[in-house]
Amino acid sequence: MKPYLRDRIPETLAELPDATAYEAGYLVTKNAGWRSSRPVIHQETCRGCLKCYLYCPEGVIFQDGGKVKIDYDFCKGCGICRKICRFGAIEMEEEK
Amino acid sequence: MARKFLSGNEAFAEGIRLAGPQVISAYPITPQTIVVERLSEMVEEGSLSAEFIHVESEHSALSCAIGASAVGARAFTATSSQGLLYMAECLTYASGGRFPIVMMNANRSTALPWNIYGDQRDSISLLDSGWIQCYVENAQEALDLALMSYYIAEKKEVSTPFMVNLDGFVLTHTYEVTDVPEKEQADAFLPGYETENKLDPDHPRNLGFSVGPEHNMAFKYKEHLGILHAKEAVREAEERFAQIFGRQYTGLVEAYRTEDASFVLITLGSIAGLVRETVDRLRERGEKVGLLRIRYLRPFPNKEIAEVLGNVRAAAVLEKDISFGNEGTVFSNVNSALHKAGIPVPVSGYIGGLGGRNISSEEIEGIFEDLKSEKRKTMFLGLGGEGEWV
Repeated sequence: MKPYLRDRIPETLAELPDATAYEAGYLVTKNAGWRSSRPVIHQETCRGCLKCYLYCPEGVIFQDGGKVKIDYDFCKGCGICRKICRFGAIEMEEEK
Repeated sequence: MARKFLSGNEAFAEGIRLAGPQVISAYPITPQTIVVERLSEMVEEGSLSAEFIHVESEHSALSCAIGASAVGARAFTATSSQGLLYMAECLTYASGGRFPIVMMNANRSTALPWNIYGDQRDSISLLDSGWIQCYVENAQEALDLALMSYYIAEKKEVSTPFMVNLDGFVLTHTYEVTDVPEKEQADAFLPGYETENKLDPDHPRNLGFSVGPEHNMAFKYKEHLGILHAKEAVREAEERFAQIFGRQYTGLVEAYRTEDASFVLITLGSIAGLVRETVDRLRERGEKVGLLRIRYLRPFPNKEIAEVLGNVRAAAVLEKDISFGNEGTVFSNVNSALHKAGIPVPVSGYIGGLGGRNISSEEIEGIFEDLKSEKRKTMFLGLGGEGEWV
């Protein structure tokens, strides 16, 4: 994950590329609008095995300072991580 | 420079050889086949250094050209009719991705009824796909456009794919004496293709990403501005072309004997040759008639058309196209140009030549005769609809 990616949301026409091409790692839009529930990792239960990272079809699970985290800008809320976690460390919370 | 006896397809292939694309991907279809046959021969004999890729369909042909352009290569493809329609999905990928691919389209009717002869419904039905569209009249113009199209499409501010249209058979398969420039001249005219819009391991980029509602329209606006920039690029390319090759073209339109004309016939493609002859014959009889040939349908020459038609008494559009349920699309576009310029000239719309039906000089004379009534008409030439204004 590259946190700087979302620090550069374009606001003017000049900030957008002319073609649908930009430097690697930069995305013009977030993509999570249709998520109805979000996975939440309980850090005290999580063993850091990263099985959820292996199964996540969107590649939005990452490690940050030894903790497992989820990039909610791109998580679609499919719940595969919750189902695959053998320690029950991930719960789905309804989006409000 | 060599003078050769060439068909429209062969002349275009010579032009492409001189432009030197690095990748050619195409699928054969009548009446386009000969242009890619000639190019494959050139690659085989070594007079053209390019990857010639045989693909399994037109959809793949353009997809392949897009892939080539996405690594910074100059790419060429060619098609016709149903092949162009099969490519339709990829057309917007090329234009939205701003890949300056050149395609030759041999204008041919669309099924059903099945027919291999010429009309312009194939390309005109795809006017909104974001491609520059040029319609040439003869083999020399075809060869010259093969060179100029790359110059225009690849200008950074344009970065738009370019479709050069040749009337099927009438132009693709008829022979004319054609000047074929030397490779050195072509190289002096056309610089190599340089772009940042490519996959490059030294400068990694995302290509062809998705953009949501927030910014998508801004990309479409930029695409529109890009194709509008082609107007200036056409002027610049023709000026440069004239300096090097000594042939001067006339921009988005070509006006012939229109300065003092009362009645003007607007058309496009190879039929303009016959209209020109008819205009000359009528002029000898003292009739004040002229021809306005539209060379570029996109970007559309709104201003140029209004300038020529500002002082005429009546005009007609003759086109090999019909937008079923309405009228000819060129006719719609011309009327829009005149309306925006506040010019109240009555314009009639004539549909002709569909499925290769012949358009005679007498029929063209008949259109000029009809114009004297200064009433608006829409009709299928030689069939009917006269006087009906729906």
